[in-house]
Amino acid sequence: MTFINYASREINCKIVYYGPGLCGKTTNLQYIYDSTAPQAKGKLISLATETDRTLFFDFMPLELGTVRGFKTRFHLYTVPGQVYYDASRKLILKGVDGVVFVADSQEERMDANIESLYNLEENLGSQGYNLAEIPYVLQLNKRDLPNVTPIEELSQELLKKGEPVFEAVATNGTGVFDTLKAVAKQVLTELRKG
Amino acid sequence: MADTPFILQEHQFERLKSVLARLCVECAARVVFLIDRDGQPIAFHGEIGDMDTTSFSSLAAGNVAATSSMAKLIGEDVFPCVVHEGEHESIYISIIGRSLLVVVFDERSTLSLVKIRSKRGSFEVANILDEAKTDSDNFRVNQNSFFSEITDEDIDSLFS
Repeated sequence: MTFINYASREINCKIVYYGPGLCGKTTNLQYIYDSTAPQAKGKLISLATETDRTLFFDFMPLELGTVRGFKTRFHLYTVPGQVYYDASRKLILKGVDGVVFVADSQEERMDANIESLYNLEENLGSQGYNLAEIPYVLQLNKRDLPNVTPIEELSQELLKKGEPVFEAVATNGTGVFDTLKAVAKQVLTELRKG
Repeated sequence: MADTPFILQEHQFERLKSVLARLCVECAARVVFLIDRDGQPIAFHGEIGDMDTTSFSSLAAGNVAATSSMAKLIGEDVFPCVVHEGEHESIYISIIGRSLLVVVFDERSTLSLVKIRSKRGSFEVANILDEAKTDSDNFRVNQNSFFSEITDEDIDSLFS
């Protein structure tokens, strides 16, 4: 839920990066964190296991600048991708304003992508949201690997509603900011609609 | 679509701040926060030093979300409050509708004092937030002019 504070003249929005385990959600956030000026970001909080797998969520606040005198702050979250952390994923979707689905382009991860996308729709539904109506972007990550599924095939399987699609290599930042920009723009456009 | 925006007007923010300021004194607390249940900080009063209040808010909301789900798993509807007691600093979180009142206190106060005083203050906070919610809905319906004036150029300029 977008929170607008007239006293501090701030607009706060929540964006969630969703996707199967090891698809690169945390890497997206890490890249954004590493590439952003210190004054525009807060700490990157990672609630991770000892092996650096996301246990609950990663979080970073990002200030993009001002719109009509209001500071726009995006709270970026990731969810844990592994199937058995579903309860945590549901919690993190509460109050979401926009979703990025990070797909793993590797051939052997196609089923995991489909399962995770289905899980996203289900969990959004359980929170009273509809994927068809929420700001949403699809990112096809790991395009640098040799065993990737062709874009057309991935799009055919994963595209839900004509959402913006970005090819990405989150480890080197390719497509990371394009993805963020696209979802942030949709969120602000929704706000404009009322 | 996503939830409708929650808009907090300046006078409501000031009233919330004054309730938090009073609570901070009454609880002999180090700092008192009001946080949205989705993790957005709303207001605070007290000594924050170099504390990252945005991260703190997000983690407090995650904490309450997790314990609320645990409550349901054991057949409780909700845990209305969550307490973390440390050697020197402690945290008391109480749920007020869609918001969380978080009191950070040290040896100068006690949990029982914080509980009693927070409860009283939470009614006032709830009233202000209810009013803000109603105003927020009306504002959105009747006067959406500010946000409708945002142009594509305004949005694009954020990413330039």
